[in-house]
Amino acid sequence: MRGKVLGKSFNLMLSSVLLLFAASGCTPKSQTAKPTLTVWHWMTDREPAFNELAKKYEEITGVKVNFELYAPSDAYTQKVRAAAQGANLPDIFGILGEKRDFASFIKAGFILDLTPYMEANGSIWKDSFFSEALSVNEFIEGNSYNVKPGIYGVPIDIMTIQLLYNKDLFEKLGLDPEKPPVTFQEFLDIGKKIREAGLQGLVSGWGEVWMIDCFANNYAFNIMGKDKVLATIRGEVPYTDPDWIRVFTLFKEMQDSGVLYNGIVTMINKTAEQLFANDKAVFAFNGSWCVNVYKGMNPDLNYGAFLPPQVLDQHPYSIWGGAGSSFMVSAKSPHKEEAVKFLQWLTDKNQQAYLAEATNNLPANKKSVTEIPDILASFSRSIEFATHPNVWGVSEFSAVIEAFDKGIQSIIIGEKTPEQVAAEVQAVKERELAKQERR
Amino acid sequence: MRIKSTLENYLFVLPAVVIFAIFYIIPFIWVFQLGLYEWDGIMPTKTFVGLGNFREIMQDKIWWQSMVNAGYITIIALTFQNALAFLLAWACDREIRLKNFYRMVFFIPPVLSEVVVGLVWQWILDGNYGLLNNWLIQLGFPNLARNWLSDPKTALTTVAVIHSWKGFGWGFLIFLAGLQTIPKELYEAARVDGANAWQSFRKVTIPLMIPVAVLVSILTILGTMQAFVLIIAMTGGGPAYHTQVPVLRILAAMRGSSRFGYACAQGISFGVILMAISFIQYRFTKKARQA
Repeated sequence: MRGKVLGKSFNLMLSSVLLLFAASGCTPKSQTAKPTLTVWHWMTDREPAFNELAKKYEEITGVKVNFELYAPSDAYTQKVRAAAQGANLPDIFGILGEKRDFASFIKAGFILDLTPYMEANGSIWKDSFFSEALSVNEFIEGNSYNVKPGIYGVPIDIMTIQLLYNKDLFEKLGLDPEKPPVTFQEFLDIGKKIREAGLQGLVSGWGEVWMIDCFANNYAFNIMGKDKVLATIRGEVPYTDPDWIRVFTLFKEMQDSGVLYNGIVTMINKTAEQLFANDKAVFAFNGSWCVNVYKGMNPDLNYGAFLPPQVLDQHPYSIWGGAGSSFMVSAKSPHKEEAVKFLQWLTDKNQQAYLAEATNNLPANKKSVTEIPDILASFSRSIEFATHPNVWGVSEFSAVIEAFDKGIQSIIIGEKTPEQVAAEVQAVKERELAKQERR
Repeated sequence: MRIKSTLENYLFVLPAVVIFAIFYIIPFIWVFQLGLYEWDGIMPTKTFVGLGNFREIMQDKIWWQSMVNAGYITIIALTFQNALAFLLAWACDREIRLKNFYRMVFFIPPVLSEVVVGLVWQWILDGNYGLLNNWLIQLGFPNLARNWLSDPKTALTTVAVIHSWKGFGWGFLIFLAGLQTIPKELYEAARVDGANAWQSFRKVTIPLMIPVAVLVSILTILGTMQAFVLIIAMTGGGPAYHTQVPVLRILAAMRGSSRFGYACAQGISFGVILMAISFIQYRFTKKARQA
């Protein structure tokens, strides 16, 4: 008897579940002819501005655009990779990480080649961008990633990473607040003043290592020039070369002079931003996105931006910069044409100017750099010196980058000498080259 | 009839089995498979490398350094954390004022978010503006003030102590439950036989708490060896590699180097090591109890 009751209940439950599935599958399709575009992004500070633009676009074209925010950026990266594996990518998304990851997405067929759209109508869309912003999204002929040459992403803003200084603290140190250091020795001398005054110097997310990499690269280019840096990456110049030891030694000099914040080696960039915004540090090393961040934390912060003080003047300035954030179109999207049209609209002069004003990020469209705050303008003026590992055409092994950046941390904490770190990095490089040859 | 009844029973558990298979068994098997390949997590193709990833792990000095670091944090947890948990549980098992309040307070750290705890302690331990250094200076010990999380001499121990502070609540709960299962009659009998408090503790409490202590220590080892959230929040694994732990290395292989196959091989190696440790510990305590 009990079995019969149980059996009947189970049958009823199973039938209900099946009916529910059938009903949801039979839902009538939407009567609108216009598609809905889905955009995945990670930019928490731009979510309100994106939603405003999406509303405006729908009013103009009837196409609905859904911006979906997935933060922080680590979580976003994993979500995009998982979606790629599950053939579930949205119409428009971004790729965070190195150029080889970007190349893998392209070779796996996930990203639409935008070159025909960029070069249509006399390359009007392509020419609207800063070339440095576009080059991050471009693969040139003969690239080492074996990707078909073309443009695969659309920059929606540009950025540069520079040094910043607190003008009020400069005055407290008896320095001219309108004259940041020009040479590396001046920078070290200010460090001594900082230490004597009991203040704290440079803050940056050097606990996140990529920012150490950025800082070190600026000086590698300054000391030995771009060609020698790239030759090192190709394995033609060892990291034990005197020029590389000079680069490592700069960090020892900075630590010894007192220009570095005490504890910078374990600092995340958010903490660095908070410290600088709250007048707790004289210098910061950060990207142009920090303008919006500092405005939110301390609108009265009195600061300026300057290029990294040079060690030598033989080679041109170099800072990391180019496209800040970029969007790609999914090659598997059923609404590719609409997605491209939306990105063309989003990167048009007016929308870029709106984004620049609303989010204090530099526009990728050259014509939109008109009325931006002075501090942002100083970042944009440096774009001519910008370079980025994603445009070099070659990339260093991850293990070498890790050994390099962790080695610099070891120098700062006084655990290893520049020569020791150089030898260790070279050992890792040789091991990775040997592994590559075996494959 | 009987077959039908049996089939119905299996049908009821089928959804749970299917979900378990999809989210646990299949990924578990897949991890073993991926450990034999070189894969960036994006491309549809993988390169078979056989045991190459495992051979690389044997020579990966940073991996073994991270194991040593995790072992050090675990030793601190096994000693300091569990001793604290036991002492506080013993205190709360007695008839003291505000017993229930203390029981609640001691269980707060484990339920807090690890990220929040890490960030708060990061500020407390900051070398320039942190509360701890401020107190040390105020109390007349300026020479003790240091950069607790950036100094290679103190970073790992500091992380281990904070981890123990965060985790002692679980041990406290289990020890308290264990103490409460000891029959009061045994203590009364010991008192009648002339045993003092220390003798009662040594002859009654400790022997009866050994199974509980074994359970707590196994859980402590398994949990602490896998710690990483607190470390990410406080030091990011730095300075240099001083607070690197195995899970951080696995994450670095996946996210930093895009080497999913190598990360899976690390995960498998780590799992085997943890199983071996648990087995050895179980055998050791079994022999000790028999002795």
